[in-house]
Amino acid sequence: MLEIIYQFISDQVLSPITALIVPSDYQAHALIVLQTVIKILSVLVPVLVTVAYFTYVERKVIGFIQGRIGPNRVGFFGFSLWGLGQPIADAVKLIVKEIVIPTGSNRFLFVIAPVLSLAPSVAAWAVIPFDDTKVIADINASLLYVLALTSLAVYGIIIAGWASNSKYAFLGAMRSAAQIVSYEIAMGFALIGVLIAAGSLNLGDIVNAQSGSVVHWFWLPLFPLYIIYFISGVAETNRAPFDVAEGESEIVAGFHVEYGGMAFSVFFMAEYANMILVAVLSAILFCGGWLSPVQGIPVLEDLFAWVPPILWLLAKTSFFMFLFLWLRATFPRYRYDQIMRLGWKVFIPLTIVWVIVVSALVVTNVPPWFD
Amino acid sequence: MIEQIVFYLFAAMLIFSASMVVVSRNPVHAALFLILSFFATSAVWLILQAEFLAITLVLVYVGAVMVLFLFVVMMLDINQVVVKEGFARHVPIGVGIAILMVIAMGLVVGSDYFLAEPYIAKEQLDPNYSNARELGLAIYSKYLFQFEIAGIILLVAIIAAITLSMSKVKINKSINPDKQVFVKKQDRLRVIKMAAEKKDSEA
Repeated sequence: MLEIIYQFISDQVLSPITALIVPSDYQAHALIVLQTVIKILSVLVPVLVTVAYFTYVERKVIGFIQGRIGPNRVGFFGFSLWGLGQPIADAVKLIVKEIVIPTGSNRFLFVIAPVLSLAPSVAAWAVIPFDDTKVIADINASLLYVLALTSLAVYGIIIAGWASNSKYAFLGAMRSAAQIVSYEIAMGFALIGVLIAAGSLNLGDIVNAQSGSVVHWFWLPLFPLYIIYFISGVAETNRAPFDVAEGESEIVAGFHVEYGGMAFSVFFMAEYANMILVAVLSAILFCGGWLSPVQGIPVLEDLFAWVPPILWLLAKTSFFMFLFLWLRATFPRYRYDQIMRLGWKVFIPLTIVWVIVVSALVVTNVPPWFD
Repeated sequence: MIEQIVFYLFAAMLIFSASMVVVSRNPVHAALFLILSFFATSAVWLILQAEFLAITLVLVYVGAVMVLFLFVVMMLDINQVVVKEGFARHVPIGVGIAILMVIAMGLVVGSDYFLAEPYIAKEQLDPNYSNARELGLAIYSKYLFQFEIAGIILLVAIIAAITLSMSKVKINKSINPDKQVFVKKQDRLRVIKMAAEKKDSEA
């Protein structure tokens, strides 16, 4: 279905346009560039729409968990539609609001900081495989690329905190920098376990290494790493219960206290885009990505053969996204020294031990995963 | 052709940001320019088809080292007047070192060992060629001994750094969570029975 639409656009729209505009020597190159742009848009637009509606789902889900209704007024054409128009109304409100730039702030860095925090979380989607063939850039070191990009998100926060020239913002930035650096180590070790188990840095190969059945997925042999990866992901995205960088009750709103209007909403979008990214990575690395959960079960396998693989990936991703909201509604905020203790004294030793265990499992070819 | 344009773009960015690291007055700006120069270097390495090294540069230096660096630099309150004071005094030494470095660079670039020829036509590598694999094979077979020595040096440095930072702190205020969890009401709280007091007027 998606391939047909893509092929149609590529053949019927892009080819004639390039034939008209571009000189004949460069037509092949120009066509590739345009096709890539279409591919990027086909990933980026759904991601940003999901970001918008993720905020709506968050308010609804947390509302239900706390026995409230959540947003239910804003709809379309006079119909309230359970409040589905809420994200659009919010976006319009934020766009028309004024962006106040504080005196004494560093103007250039103040404006560029939100962009720096959103860009890496969006750029990481370039290597996410949705299917055996559906991936924008199928590069060898895609896992490293994702790790490098997620480690860049902290710059937006640090620069925002420093450029605001505000004490609360600065405190938030410092907290966030220390926290992200600490949890990145545990996250990196968890990923080392994955790449030892899969024997590849390519995300597509990692998913293919998990094929077989639900028990073949890496969540079972790498169970501690799987839990640690997700918790570190929550800490990396500065989400509750690790949201001390914002800490409304202590430092007002942390690093984005001076931001308003669209500049604030770009930070907001970055946070949600990061959450979706961590969710999709958890699904790909530990829960078999696009692989069907009924694979290998005699009757069910044939019953569900019609389901396109991308739907399985989206379902798994949605589950992890829901987990983020569930955590936020359930747990109180961690105390700062406890966050540091958990990261350095619990997660890092555990991951190091489990990396050794996984290496032993791989070397001794333990079935059913590594035979 | 496009490759050359990209190369010159990033090379210019690299030179600009590297010189701004030295020139800019504000230490935070200097650190941010250093990050930019790491990015430009990584892009140049990507053009050389060394994707593993390029991504690792961003991951290690930009993602971890520079975050800590910025962390420290932002908290320092550097007095700019004092920093600028010594400029005239250090100029002669600085110029001397600069001249020496230019001579050294000239000798290296002009020597027989560094002819431009081997670097000109870099062939397009096979799409299945894995940078990480080749690097791993070289490190863990050919250069294993050197690699292990480097590892031991780093380990010693880590232990030394931790010992140095621990030795200055006389009172360790770290909390033991086990003790916290196992505290009982009886250990902390004492309920005293006493007769109710009355105000003077009622008595």
